[in-house]
Amino acid sequence: MDNLTIANKTYTSRLLVGTGKYKDFTETRTAIEASGAEIVTVAIRRTNIGQNTNEPNLLDSISPSKYTLLPNTAGCYTVDDAVRTLRLARELLDGHNLVKLEVLGDPETLFPNMAETLRAAKILVTEGFDVMVYTSDDPIAARQLEEIGCVAIMPLASLIGSGMGILNPWNLQIIIDNAKVPVLVDAGVGTASDATIALELGCDGVLMNTAIAAAQNPVLMASAMRKAVEAGREAFLAGRMTKKVYTASPSSPVDGVIAST
Amino acid sequence: MSDSYTVQTTSLLLQHYCNFMIHITINGETHRFNQPINIAQLIDDQNLRGKRIAIERNGEIVPRSQFTEQFLADGDQLEVVVAVGGG
Repeated sequence: MDNLTIANKTYTSRLLVGTGKYKDFTETRTAIEASGAEIVTVAIRRTNIGQNTNEPNLLDSISPSKYTLLPNTAGCYTVDDAVRTLRLARELLDGHNLVKLEVLGDPETLFPNMAETLRAAKILVTEGFDVMVYTSDDPIAARQLEEIGCVAIMPLASLIGSGMGILNPWNLQIIIDNAKVPVLVDAGVGTASDATIALELGCDGVLMNTAIAAAQNPVLMASAMRKAVEAGREAFLAGRMTKKVYTASPSSPVDGVIAST
Repeated sequence: MSDSYTVQTTSLLLQHYCNFMIHITINGETHRFNQPINIAQLIDDQNLRGKRIAIERNGEIVPRSQFTEQFLADGDQLEVVVAVGGG
């Protein structure tokens, strides 16, 4: 069986999905079911104090008993905020250690601040967290994060929420070739073919949110992404034919073609 | 026990229970309480009972098991969080 293993836990799906930007929790739940994802990201935010006390809770729709929840540090720009957020997440989710770390450097590009990301990763690993880490597609940063003890390296394919697809397959390939922990593309996927390309390159998985949530039909896109990830993985395992640049090779027999004499 | 001692103690107790006032910052907003309150009572007070929340007090996580033990003090900074949709 071709499974994905992260921090000693095995998953059959290589598609990880977010829960942001959906119309309502019903759409969130339906899209996630269609995606087949087993790991689902959530954000941690201040609760409303003294108002809207009957507000529905995300965890009523996305049950922690059904999915592996991956609390993230989206919106955190400092080591302190990121570490505190994940400590709160661990308490919220009854000691659950698997987390997604991102320390952002700039609100315009949402590019990660790698110096701060490395510092935060070190603290979290020391505190016993299993850290899946959002990173730039810098192979050296990826290697350093792995050396710190992160359980998965998650380079961006392009900017968060941009849907621009995989802009630098070359860097991704270097990261994949050197990593001993799973590499997952996180951010930038826009449509099904982007996800397929990531898996064809040898990525162990893809994490996406906006590509599904911001599609005209999120549930149908979730289903497309599921198939795209499966197709990309199978193509990777099958091993593609060698590219022959500017060299045609007929698929049909060369001999026995009828010919006028 | 001298009368003056009794008077002094009574006055301190009165001050404690009648003029009790603490200010707590919860999620960035100041709240005033006129009687001693622990975290479990605060959760009831803010209609958060039964909600899936986590609490940080002055930068430290407050485990659920300590909600009744920990009484709030003047100037406490609390963060009360939930899981929301995110990517």
